[in-house]
Amino acid sequence: MARHTRLSGLEPLVITPDLLFINVGERTNVTGSAQFKKLIKEDRYDEAVEVARQQVANGAQVIDINMDEGLIDSEAAMTRFVNLISSEPDIARVPFMIDSSKWTVIEAGLRCLQGKGIVNSISMKEGEAQFLEHARKVQQYGAAAVVMAFDEQGQADTCERKVSICSRAYELLTKELDFLPEDIIFDPNIFAIATGIEEHNNYAVDFINAARELKQRFPDCHISGGVSNVSFSFRGNNTVREAIHSVFLYHAIRAGMDMGIVNAGALTIMDDIDPPLRERVEDVVLNRREDATERLLEIADNYKGKRGAAVVETLAWREKDVRARLSHALVHGIDQYVVEDTEEARQLSTRPLDVIEGPLMDGMNVVGDLFGAGKMFLPQVVKSARVMKKAVAYLLPYIEAEKLRTGDTGKNNGKIVMATVKGDVHDIGKNIVAVVLRCNNFEVIDLGVMVPAQKILETAIAENADMIGLSGLITPSLEEMGQVAREMQRQNFHIPLLIGGATTSRAHTALKIEPHYKAGTVWVKDASRAVGVAQSLVSKDLVEAFLEKIRLEYADVRERHRNRGPGKKLVSLEHARTHRFSCDWAAYDPPQPKQPGVTVFHDYDLATIRRYIDWTPFFQAWELAGHYPAILTDEVVGPQASELFKDAQAMMDKIIAEKWLTARAVIGLWPAANIGDDVEVYTDTSRTKRLATLCSLRQQADKPIERPNLCLADFITPKEFAKPDWIGGFAVTAGLGIEEHLARFQADYDDYSSIILKALADRLAEAFAEHMHERMRKEFWGFVPDEALDNDALIAEKYRGIRPAPGYPACPEHTEKATLFELLDVTRNTGIELTEGFSMYPAAAVSGWYYSHPGSQYFVVGRLGKDQVEDYAKRKGWTLAEAERWLASNLDYEPE
Amino acid sequence: MSTLPWLHPDRVALLEQALRQRILVLDGGMGTMLQAHELDEGGFRGERFEHGHDGHAHAHDHPGCDLRGNNDLLTLTQPQIIRGVHDAYLEAGADLVETNTFNSTRISQADYKLQHLAQELNREGARLARAACDAMTAKTPEKPRFVIGVLGPTSRTASLSPDVNDPGFRNVTFEELAENYTESANGLIDGGADVIMVETIFDTLNAKAALFALSELFHQRGARMPVMISGTITDRSGRTLSGQTAEAFYYSVRHARPLSVGFNCALGAEDLRPHVQTLANLAETYVSTHPNAGLPNAFGEYDETPEHMASVIGGFARDGLLNLVGGCCGTTPAHIRAIADAVCDVAPRVLPSADQAEAA
Repeated sequence: MARHTRLSGLEPLVITPDLLFINVGERTNVTGSAQFKKLIKEDRYDEAVEVARQQVANGAQVIDINMDEGLIDSEAAMTRFVNLISSEPDIARVPFMIDSSKWTVIEAGLRCLQGKGIVNSISMKEGEAQFLEHARKVQQYGAAAVVMAFDEQGQADTCERKVSICSRAYELLTKELDFLPEDIIFDPNIFAIATGIEEHNNYAVDFINAARELKQRFPDCHISGGVSNVSFSFRGNNTVREAIHSVFLYHAIRAGMDMGIVNAGALTIMDDIDPPLRERVEDVVLNRREDATERLLEIADNYKGKRGAAVVETLAWREKDVRARLSHALVHGIDQYVVEDTEEARQLSTRPLDVIEGPLMDGMNVVGDLFGAGKMFLPQVVKSARVMKKAVAYLLPYIEAEKLRTGDTGKNNGKIVMATVKGDVHDIGKNIVAVVLRCNNFEVIDLGVMVPAQKILETAIAENADMIGLSGLITPSLEEMGQVAREMQRQNFHIPLLIGGATTSRAHTALKIEPHYKAGTVWVKDASRAVGVAQSLVSKDLVEAFLEKIRLEYADVRERHRNRGPGKKLVSLEHARTHRFSCDWAAYDPPQPKQPGVTVFHDYDLATIRRYIDWTPFFQAWELAGHYPAILTDEVVGPQASELFKDAQAMMDKIIAEKWLTARAVIGLWPAANIGDDVEVYTDTSRTKRLATLCSLRQQADKPIERPNLCLADFITPKEFAKPDWIGGFAVTAGLGIEEHLARFQADYDDYSSIILKALADRLAEAFAEHMHERMRKEFWGFVPDEALDNDALIAEKYRGIRPAPGYPACPEHTEKATLFELLDVTRNTGIELTEGFSMYPAAAVSGWYYSHPGSQYFVVGRLGKDQVEDYAKRKGWTLAEAERWLASNLDYEPE
Repeated sequence: MSTLPWLHPDRVALLEQALRQRILVLDGGMGTMLQAHELDEGGFRGERFEHGHDGHAHAHDHPGCDLRGNNDLLTLTQPQIIRGVHDAYLEAGADLVETNTFNSTRISQADYKLQHLAQELNREGARLARAACDAMTAKTPEKPRFVIGVLGPTSRTASLSPDVNDPGFRNVTFEELAENYTESANGLIDGGADVIMVETIFDTLNAKAALFALSELFHQRGARMPVMISGTITDRSGRTLSGQTAEAFYYSVRHARPLSVGFNCALGAEDLRPHVQTLANLAETYVSTHPNAGLPNAFGEYDETPEHMASVIGGFARDGLLNLVGGCCGTTPAHIRAIADAVCDVAPRVLPSADQAEAA
């Protein structure tokens, strides 16, 4: 089980990196909310419970409960309130944070928690012994803990003290006790800024810098704080306070803050802040100029009680009637006026639902028709969907109210539950399919990435879904999809299953998934086919014939697979080994590296990486076919490709200028020798102590004598020649920091920008890998110091040496990635993590091996015989069944 | 907590070795077996409790009360019957037997005004099971048997109000529960239990009080025992009585670093499967289950046959969900024998290795 913080109320809360930031509701706190204090003091607990309910409804993922007030019996109030809200399922589903400066009050709260909550807080203010005693109790009660940066000398204010106190606390908790690192949440103290006192000016910067350093030192821990403290000096001016919170959080979250006590309903988006206000707030938060406080005060009063209004530009189409305006906005993907237009349409309609079923669906039908006719392309459709989503989001509260009144629930084409399966983090394609289906009036319940089978199935039942869609990119996901199908059969499901994603195929679906599930499994080639398939499946008239056709088709695929000609028979592993790649090893001098060992690059210049981008796959992600740059002038897709390219370039400029993404890399070079089909990696040039063994797979196709049965290990000098050969490894990412921007786009229903950003991050990661490989060849290994290839030549792989990636055709077995990660200490050095399915997170990451031999080449391992699978299992220390599971996509036989 | 040494390191080593090798079999229900003896009030009272209260105690402030149904008391009044049940399950193939102490807490015994017996019932209950296990192990030394000291849920709930009009009210506190469990656990340990199991958890807060008490107790004794945890999903909603999902339940008790976690009671094997699956996917510890013999029929009896139950459990085992399996209400030695047969050739669920846990 991965090292994530695992909390619970009635339901689990697993803090994975994709949650980005945990909102802890602050309103049930007598020290922070005058209203709540009044309710408790006046014994109005019923209303106090409602405050908790509202917070959860507004998105608080945890609620903070504090009863520290001189005139209240805090222990009794804590007990009573926690007992009360524990009896309310819609509140108790989230974990509780028990907040008090008095230990006895904390214990009173903990004694009422059946779930795993958080203690806020413990600290070393009364010395180490007391701190450890409290921490031990926290463990015994089964809670996580906020550790305040507070020691015997007092609360830490400078970055240095914050970091040193938290580090000391970490050491004590993990060395003296067995406290789980992921259960430690640092609170490095957020203090008020812009107070007029000069020493306070740097408080926010100190917090942000401390957050950055702590997150780097203790990546499993979390960083939290009470956000409203920072704006304390602007009490009474909520617009300015919220602007300060938003700017502060923007920078603190980028630095590593991942939890905060906030008013969950009142967070402003950074971009919504009036630009002059935003600039002056940033000056204050980041302590950028001496007169920052005065300058903010100068304009602060202008914002009392109002928000900055945007300038409106009127265009010709705005003169038309509302129906036409909505249609225009949808077809052209303009979201600027959609809320006001939707409101106008709503007032003209008898039911709010009519707006969706009338003008909005009419507009989307135009979009759907244009898309179906090939006159619109995916990027435009996604933009249209953004407009639609905004309109629907606006109408939803009205529709809910209507539903309550009349019981009328409206209708859609059908409901589909979609998910990227367990172990896999890739979702660009799935998101595109979701958007396209929504455009066609399907209700899509998107469960996100890394979703376990049971959750998919439970959701399908709970939502009474009409179909389930599974997606995945990496090969272990294929196996997982088969599992889901088997589980659906076992649990007697009757709804169709849709399969999609880059590694899926008709053949795999026909052979490995469809036979396990009787109610129908359909492989969906790409987003443009998704609608047709989904519509056939929900149509009472079509579904039977459609599924029958698919069944026959897949049976035929299986039949053909079974009857493959005998000419394709594999050779034995023994035979393949005698046909290995070889060279005159005695005469070969392996190149010696200029910089052996592991080298880490913390924050690589994105502008440099950008120059190495291969743009063709970017267009493929959007299902625009053609090679870059020719695609920009293509007769059919040219205009759309050009517009997409322009938007992508604009975003790339921003990514670089505003540092949305951080690129990190780690590379390494180690002494190595080949033994059989393995490569031994050594700790040093004495080649005595083995650091790791890399297992490779060998082609078993029956090949002509002049074409060897390739295996990566063959490109390293065999051990018996006693030559000092080397092997390299790398892992790069350009996806760090992406979540906050994705969250921003998501909050704005902007799938278009979200998908562009993901695709760009992927491109940057690939480009980064290309760039590092070049530096490897020219500098670090340095076997071609004067290589001069342009980007086209690089893309065409016209260089010496290769950089194969585990999970790809030359080394298809994913678990080797774990060895690579260990050798390079990738997670600590770059922040890239491996999921249980050996997918990398962030998804925009590339890792692999470096081989330098002039004869090394990319190849496809292809199908494997049982003899090799048995041999491989032995080398990996696995059972045959385990090996068959990890090599499932390559097996040439049916495992038992 | 996990840094303390084991109280019986050799026993733990044997148990862990067995767990790595095979699926271990727990015993089955006690209640059904006792009903067969059709004991009357006198049978329950025996000599010592002839007048409805404890003849060994000095003062009685009550005229005595009915003791029929106080199954745990039979440990003292009819020890040969309890021993017979243990023997029957061991002969059927159980690797571990549970002590007859489900209700041996101060709170539960207070219903019979016998709260002072809590420690004695636990100690003697453990001794009886210990003797049965040792006798069987002596016959087949290659297959060691283990005593599970059982801590039941008590009849009260710490996180639910018994009064619908006052959701903030509680009829038991965490501290009371912790004191109760400390006393009972002390008895189980003194009587020779190998493992402590907190079971039939329908309110996770009760269990957390038990786990808290155990960690304090181990801390005081300077040595710990393996702890098994088994929750109860009360109905097909898939939640505990106190409202938690299986995953939330696991996260709530995981801090005790248990030897195993699982579900028992309330449901039959079929209905428990998705929840056991959830644990099997998540838990970095062994997974157990001891379901009822199906759901009660119209007469409140459990009538799932040994063959049927074993075939369902066999499916669990083949799908790699199980490390420990037994039966709860309505199960008999015939059920346990069938279950033992069904799982004996199946490999136990493999714990996620430390490497995988790190890499994932």
